[in-house]
Formats: sequence, structure tokens, C-alpha cells
Amino acid sequence: MCGIAGLIHRDGSGNIGQEMTAMLQSLKHRGPDSTGYAIYGSPGRNEYVMRFKVAEQEDMSKGFDIHDEVRRRRGIVEERLATLGVHVIERDDATEYAYRYRIQYDGDMKKLADYVEDVEGTEILSMGNALELIKDLGDAARVADQYDLRKFKGTHGIGHTRMATESDVDIRSAHPYWAYPYNDIAVVHNGQITNYWMMRREFERKGHRFMSNCDSELLAVYTAYNLEHGATLEDSLKQSIQDIDGVFTYLVSTKDSLGMAKDTMAAKPMVLYESDNLVALASEEVAIRSVIHHEIDTWDPYDEEVRVWRA
Amino acid sequence: MAGVTTAKKDHLSHEMGMHTEGLLGRTQQRFFDISEENVGYGYPDAPDVDFNKRAEIDCENLETKQINIQLRDLIRRGCGTIVLKNPGSKHSIAVGILNRLNLYIEGSCGYFACGLTDGPNIRIKGRVGWACGENMLAGTIVIEKNAGSQFGAALRGGDLVCKGSVGARTGIDQKGGNILVGGDTGSFTGFMMQRGRMVILGNAGKNLGDSMYDGTIYLGGEARSLGVDAVPGVMTDLDREWLTRKLKMYDMYPQGGIDHIKKIVAGKQLWNYDNLEPGEKKLVL
Repeated sequence: MCGIAGLIHRDGSGNIGQEMTAMLQSLKHRGPDSTGYAIYGSPGRNEYVMRFKVAEQEDMSKGFDIHDEVRRRRGIVEERLATLGVHVIERDDATEYAYRYRIQYDGDMKKLADYVEDVEGTEILSMGNALELIKDLGDAARVADQYDLRKFKGTHGIGHTRMATESDVDIRSAHPYWAYPYNDIAVVHNGQITNYWMMRREFERKGHRFMSNCDSELLAVYTAYNLEHGATLEDSLKQSIQDIDGVFTYLVSTKDSLGMAKDTMAAKPMVLYESDNLVALASEEVAIRSVIHHEIDTWDPYDEEVRVWRA
Repeated sequence: MAGVTTAKKDHLSHEMGMHTEGLLGRTQQRFFDISEENVGYGYPDAPDVDFNKRAEIDCENLETKQINIQLRDLIRRGCGTIVLKNPGSKHSIAVGILNRLNLYIEGSCGYFACGLTDGPNIRIKGRVGWACGENMLAGTIVIEKNAGSQFGAALRGGDLVCKGSVGARTGIDQKGGNILVGGDTGSFTGFMMQRGRMVILGNAGKNLGDSMYDGTIYLGGEARSLGVDAVPGVMTDLDREWLTRKLKMYDMYPQGGIDHIKKIVAGKQLWNYDNLEPGEKKLVL
């Protein structure tokens, strides 16, 4: 089933970590397997925030050696960053197996990502100028506490509560997804994509990486590919309704925008609230009500509807 | 049920006990008997309620199950007028109420609001999520704001009214009753509709009335496209009389008046209840 939510402050920064947590927690019943956030803070100059993990959450309960192994893997990542000339400004240990590094780097992002992800068990969750992508098993309250997200200030964000249907219950298969080299893009999706394998093969031939077997990752790669080739976010969303087969409602966020697209069948839910200073959208209205307490008007976007808002 | 002829047992399907209704003459005109509307309220074991006895439930800190248990408890104690405050878009509020009741919901509801009801008059001040009033047998539900998809799915009776716009597949599998929409509807409105009437004062999405078996759709605006086997019908004085009375009942006034409303009916090329069972189907049976 899955629940998706998005929020954008059109008049500056807001308490996006707390707000997204409230929205996703109220959608817990749509999928308690994992929760993910893609939240956008203040972009630093020539800086990137790299969020990566070196093991899955469930790996940590498999014996004592894994703790040494995690340290070893992190050490290799550090060595590789140094080899490529990456300057690490700040290191945060979000958990024992997932970290947040503030880095400076002016080389090839794809080369960096490939080199780091070559380390066993390692996956870059996001590497963005403003984007920070956090995902882990459990509900929103648990993930927010684990990664200390409630204090996060930012302009916009999207999130996902997952009911795993087509791929495993692990961080790798959790939403949101990002795709390089367009490094500030994130996607959350509710639905099934039926031409996933066909399109995945096309993109793999073009050199794109797929980290999971989850059909939703295709949307991130697809959007990143379109944006890289000069399409606007709106163009990409509109085109996806023709290109992507299946039932879907998905949200895409970039450094300064938030977009949504609904398939031709309008088979997956989405409720929308729009005002001059705030746009909130979610699979169910109960999520919007968790952040807006006064009386509001909400509605369902129709089939093939595409909307884009700027922060 | 109005206008359904008694079985004469002159077809093989009747002899086999598959259904008791006469297959002949199941047309819109035969169901069109205004005098029989709103007859048959009430469930055999439903408690008697006093409409002057009023109660309130604050739903703020209650789960859906607790809200519905409290609601039933109040009905059992004879409350005929109940107000639900702060529903907070929770799902399945006020489902399965089988007796007369005036229920006011002061806020928005989530999915399946007021489904499977048989008799209550419900007024919702906010918006409703998917499948509001699904399988309703009798009574009225009036929503002041917008509604989600599958509005009135498999509706069997009563009036389901949304003053705003509704989502996709409105009245999917509608089997009776009336759905009235003040604004627009999404795609596949009236999909597989079997009986009943639907009024859309705004525009409709693509495939309006797709695969409808029977029933009538009245459309005030434009449809993006008509679905398979949905065809324009001819407005009669009876249609206009019913529309005037029904819309006035809920303070709904179409732009340009009743005369601009179009009628959509089943073309009966896919399925035709007026015809006998096809010969090849009998062979299979």
C-alpha cells in the first residue's frame, strides 16, 4: 500500500524535520516496514552532504564480528575519499552503520559514488548540495529519534512509509531514492510499475546504476536522466505518465522544487492542500491534518495531473 | 423495489433459481417512480431514538473503533441527534448505522466514512476520503466540501451528496440511490453502474459511464470523453421534474439551469438486461 507525503514552505525555511515526522507517523498504518525522508536544508557553498551506510540494520544483530567489520568498511571508505581528494569538513555518526559527512569535492561525482559504493555493504543514500536522505527500518518516530531529525530546519521535503510488496525489507529497498549525477533529486512512490525491468535494462545500458530491485528506483533514475538532458521537472513528470506503465502516484523533489504526478487510472490516492505559504500533500488527509490544525480545504488531484511548486 | 416485475419462471435461469426478477422491461422508465422514494427506512432490530435527545462525542483522542462504539452506545440509549467533533480525518467513522439518526460530523473524515449505513441522515462539514457512503442502503449523507475517489461505491439507496468536487470512479458499481455532486468528478465516473441516478453539476473526467449496465447520469458540464457503451439519452419532463425537486432539496443550483443538463444512459450494446439470456450462455449453464 505505502504512504507518501510532501511538504513545501513557500515563504522560507520551516521545521521540516518535525513536520515530516508527524505526517509520516500518521501514515504508519499504510506501511510500517520502513520510513524514509528526503529533506532539504540550506545549501552550503561548494559543499555536499553525503549520507551513506556500510551495513543493513539487520546485519548488526548477526554476531560480534559485524561491529569490527563495520569499522573496517568505514576505514576503507575514508581511505578512498582521501585518495580522490575529498575534504571531509564534518563527520556525524547517525547510527553505528550509517553516517553523515559534510564534504568538499570538485571532481566527478559519479566516479566518487562508484568508488565508495564499491566497498562491501556500502551504499550512498544521498549526496546532495541541499538534500539529505535518511531511511531505515521502523516507523517515523523511531527513525526520527535514531537520526535526530526533529530539529532539522529546511524548505521542503518528501517522505515515505513502506509496505514492502515487491522487494525486501531493508534500507536498500526503502524509499526515497536518489540518482546520480543529478545529485539533489529524490523520489517517493506509491504503486507498481509494470514495465520496470524493460525500462531498467534501457537505463542500465546507458550507464545508470540501480542499487535495489525496487521498481520505484526507476522513477528516480528516469527523472534524473530527463533533467540531465535538459527537461524541466514538469516536462519529466508529464512525460512519465506516457512512458511509465502501471499504477502510480509519485513525488519528486529537487533543490528548489517539489512535484507530483498521478497515472492515467488515478488508482493511487493523493490529497492536496495548497496555500500561499505552504503546500502539503499526502496519501491520506490525516497526514495533512497532523501539521495543519485549523480548518482547511483539501482535494484529490485528478488522473494524469502534474503539479510543481517552487520553494 | 419499484417497477421490477415478478418472475414468471419462463426462462431456464429462473427455473434454476438464479434470480427471481423478470428480465423483461428492466428499463430506466420502469424504475422511475418518484412516489416510492425514501420508503422502507429502518432495520428490524434498530433501537428507537428520540431526535430531541442530543449528545456530542469529541473524537480528538479517540481511535476509530472507540468512536464507533461510543456512537452505538449513544444510539442504544435513544440519542437521535449526535454531533462528532474533531474527527481529524480518521477512517471508517460512523459505518454500519442501521437506524434513523441525525448525525453531524464537524470536520473531515478519512476513508470509508459512513459506509454500509441504512437510514441515518448525516451531514459532514469537511471533506471525506475514498469510498464515502459505500454500500449505503438508505438515508442521506451531505458533504459540504470535497470528496475522494470511489465516492458512493456500490451505493444501493439513499442520497449521497457532495457540494464540492469528487475524485475518480465516483459511483463505481452503483446499484441504486442517488449521487449528487456540486462540482467536478474524475475519470471513470459511473463505471459499471447498474442502477440509480447520478447528477454531476460540473465537468466529468474521461470515460464517463464506462461499461454501465443501466442507470442514469445527468451532467451539467462537459465530459472529457464518454466511456464504452455510454450514450446520450433524451431528457424528459420526468427527468426535469426529478432534478428540480432533488437539487432544491440540497440547495444545489446548476449553472444555466436544469435545461442545460445532459442525460447519459447505457447503450446496452455490451449488456442488456432487457434481452433474454444469450443462447450460448444457456449452453454453458
